Amino acid sequence: MLTQMIPEIGHYALVIALLLAAVQAVMPLAGAATRRPLWMAYARPMAAGQLLFVAIAYACLTTSYLLDDFSVANVANNSNSMLPWYYKASAVWGNHEGSVLLWSLMLAGWGYFAARFSRELPRDMVARVIGVLGLVCVGFLAFVLITSNPFERLLPNMPQDGADLNPLLQDFGLIVHPPMLYMGYVGFSVVFAFAIAALLGGRLDAAWTRWARPWTNLAWAFLTVGIALGSWWAYYELGWGGWWFWDPVENASLLPWLTGTALIHSLAVTEKRGAFKSWTVLLAISTFSLSLLGTFLVRSGVLTSVHAFANDPSRGFFILVLLGITVGLSLLLFALRAPRVSHQVGFTWLSRDALLLINNIVLVIMTVTVLMGTVYPLLLDALDLGKISVGPPYFNALFVPLTVIMCVFMGLGPLSRWKRMNGRELWRRLGGAAVAAVLIGAVAPLLYGGEWNAWVAIGLVAALWVVLPMLRDLYDKARGAPSWLAGLRRLSLAYWGMQLGHLGVAVTIVGVAVVSNYNIERNVRMGPGDSVQVAGYTFTMTELTSRRGANFLADRAVIEVQRDGSRRSFTMNPEKRLYIARGMPMTQVALRPGFFRDLYVAMGEDLDDGSWAMRVQFKPFVRWLWLGALLMAAGGILAVADKRYRRLATARDPEARGDAKPREAAA
Amino acid sequence: MKRRLLLLLPLAGFLVLSVFLYQGLSLNPFHRDSALMARDFPEFDLATLEDAERRVDRSLLTTGEVTLVNVWGEWCPECKREMPQLLDLAERGVRLVGISYKDTREKGLGFLEEFGDPFEINIFDPDGELAFELGVYGAPETFLVDADGVIRYHHTGYIAPGEVREKILPEVEKWR
Amino acid sequence: MALIRSCLAALCLGVLGLLAAGLVQGAAIELREFDDPVLEQRYRSLTASLRCPTCENQAINDSDAPVSGDMRERVYLLLHEGVSDMEIRDHMVQRFGDYVLYNPRLEGRTFLLWGLPAALVLLGGVLVILVVRARRNASASALTPEERARLDALINRERTE
Repeated sequence: MLTQMIPEIGHYALVIALLLAAVQAVMPLAGAATRRPLWMAYARPMAAGQLLFVAIAYACLTTSYLLDDFSVANVANNSNSMLPWYYKASAVWGNHEGSVLLWSLMLAGWGYFAARFSRELPRDMVARVIGVLGLVCVGFLAFVLITSNPFERLLPNMPQDGADLNPLLQDFGLIVHPPMLYMGYVGFSVVFAFAIAALLGGRLDAAWTRWARPWTNLAWAFLTVGIALGSWWAYYELGWGGWWFWDPVENASLLPWLTGTALIHSLAVTEKRGAFKSWTVLLAISTFSLSLLGTFLVRSGVLTSVHAFANDPSRGFFILVLLGITVGLSLLLFALRAPRVSHQVGFTWLSRDALLLINNIVLVIMTVTVLMGTVYPLLLDALDLGKISVGPPYFNALFVPLTVIMCVFMGLGPLSRWKRMNGRELWRRLGGAAVAAVLIGAVAPLLYGGEWNAWVAIGLVAALWVVLPMLRDLYDKARGAPSWLAGLRRLSLAYWGMQLGHLGVAVTIVGVAVVSNYNIERNVRMGPGDSVQVAGYTFTMTELTSRRGANFLADRAVIEVQRDGSRRSFTMNPEKRLYIARGMPMTQVALRPGFFRDLYVAMGEDLDDGSWAMRVQFKPFVRWLWLGALLMAAGGILAVADKRYRRLATARDPEARGDAKPREAAA
Repeated sequence: MKRRLLLLLPLAGFLVLSVFLYQGLSLNPFHRDSALMARDFPEFDLATLEDAERRVDRSLLTTGEVTLVNVWGEWCPECKREMPQLLDLAERGVRLVGISYKDTREKGLGFLEEFGDPFEINIFDPDGELAFELGVYGAPETFLVDADGVIRYHHTGYIAPGEVREKILPEVEKWR
Repeated sequence: MALIRSCLAALCLGVLGLLAAGLVQGAAIELREFDDPVLEQRYRSLTASLRCPTCENQAINDSDAPVSGDMRERVYLLLHEGVSDMEIRDHMVQRFGDYVLYNPRLEGRTFLLWGLPAALVLLGGVLVILVVRARRNASASALTPEERARLDALINRERTE
């Protein structure tokens, strides 16, 4: 009896959550404006209550999936009784309605934690931050309830079984990628709320940036991992070994990542030097706005993408209104309230300030380029100028040089000093690194065995130019101390976070450069007994079998792989699956991952004579792509763990706080 | 004051973008005009579906009459749903020429037998040779060719019953 | 033929926007023989830069759609006839429109697309020069006393490192 009511309980919980969010938005903001502590005190309990009720709604939907309640339209369209339980639980976010509910859950979650970990902040600041988050929650909960209700029923004619989850989504990637990505998107709402609160309260001081920095880093780390997981998933799931397609949906995730990266750096300048205040606020607003824009692009159907959800113009219109209100009002507030007087903090050409300025400008140019390329077909279409496509060749042609420009300054950044620095000193510390980077980078591709490739050389030089000065800096810092270990231990976590983040960028660049240029692919006809040689490996098909999975039938090849000159061999088992419920064929790739190379075998179509078309690939350094992203994220999280963020208890007064830590390295 | 105006720039940029995004909502990203619009119907030399011995070429479409050229295939479910509308058009005196696209002769003829034959003649294009010249990317597609053999209108996908009166007939009238 | 049929059926649905989720796997594995590695390289880059006219967003080398197969076939034939990359692209554009070029041509309507990033790089450079020059001349007296105190402390901290 109770189980039959679960969808309705979820629906009511959502309505209650919406009401709580409305109170959370109105009372604290009004309280902060009129200086009424009682009203402001609504912030925390409402944030907690809202989270509770969204969580109940979410749990109800998940339960409906697990119980195979096909009277719920969402479950009937996206699940099937044969689906393993973990895919049932993650099928919740494999569709539009469920994923917006997950969005809302995470939004409420971030709001709750922002409320929880802000005890040391001034009361009006907290009230404004939580109030702004409440406003965003109202928008999203209303969106769920009005246009995308996941609890809609198919009564009285409920189907016997569900239509099944798209087989492409029946994968570990679905379990991890969307939640991580959404955590990143949604997480930027916190720094957004901080920015709006600062504008409302007229409080744009160094303390503000110190509060906002950990939240930014966390959201950015989630987004980084989310993007990397998506790329990794596409790599092994789509069957041809691509890892980045410049598809509008990927671009939509890259946009907030780029501005988020700029924001992290600009927050550093604002915190340490009090400069670029308006700019930092603008970046905070832009980053969350681009997260929302991404949501619009994915869910409105204005762009053709391989990832788009089933579209509904009314949803697109609702998100556009939401986007217009949120972003429009924020930018209007920004125009009206951004600090009128810019503090003339002085710095010279050779200073960390100037380098971070360049970093921000390059990142913003990258953002505009990606945004432009993504929406340009839409602009032309709207102006009735015809249909064009903007794809990988365009983005690569612009993004690669911009990345190289950024790397040039990235190498200098960590070694530079605030305000000013002696050019001769810089050369003394960096000259060696520069020469070494160019020499090693130019020669290393020759050692790789393949022919020398200019792009690989450029990538390696850029990566080394980022890494070597970092090592030099570590050496310098360790040398000054009584012992090496003591010297390194003295360094702050924020410093290590920065180093790790930059190392991650270098690692990713190496991965991109090498796998893009030294990838080897061969398409061959293979039957039992046939073999093919690719990049020093011999692939022999020993057997063709078939098997039955939980909800699919599969043709399976047994491929024995032997490295030339080695006696050991291993087997790889690519499959061609037929998913029963949808009658959809799927290629299941066989992968042999390695630190320096992946082997990648995919089955195509069966040919008339009993053999199969097979794609065999050798992908050098491809793991470095994602390893680099993990390092970046680890860097971001490490910086959050820095002591100074835990000393917020003393943070009320920026002066008393700021300079009490002589050991802290600049970050 | 100048600085205030500068601070309004992001807002202005966003508003411009929103206008485009709003327009984008009412656009169909799948709809595209044919690249051959206002250009001559391409040259070809193919047999007819009805008679393997009979060859036809571009002169088929320069007879001084407005013609609808419909690309269809037996394998295409949408084409089956479209046939009543094509028969309706033929009854209203519109000249129709079919292109039997990537079919076997047998299946193509069977299709016409089962669903009716509104076409004056069917060009047999088993390899999609002519269809490629026309930039066809899926069946059904319909081209309107004017009296001089110039392509004037292009409809991708299935012609719905309502579209006969709303779209196709007005275009035919327009180019007559 | 059965495969073509199912694909085209899906295609018809796709055009009508009924495809539940656009995610599709494209794994057209082709067995083509090239005697000349240069031709093979050109074939790869051409088929990667031409967009399938009927798919959601896939290059023809990545798409199972029949029209992509036809286009690949045409690219292959034209390459062996000695036609240049540029002419092959034009060949496709004449039939399928500019839509099939993933690398849009520089023309009036795409001027902004190609020009804007370049203009931004120039503008960014000018901005850096202007900002740094302004900041370089900024006198420390423009700071409030407490900011100045903080600044000095920060700089001193750097020196002790």
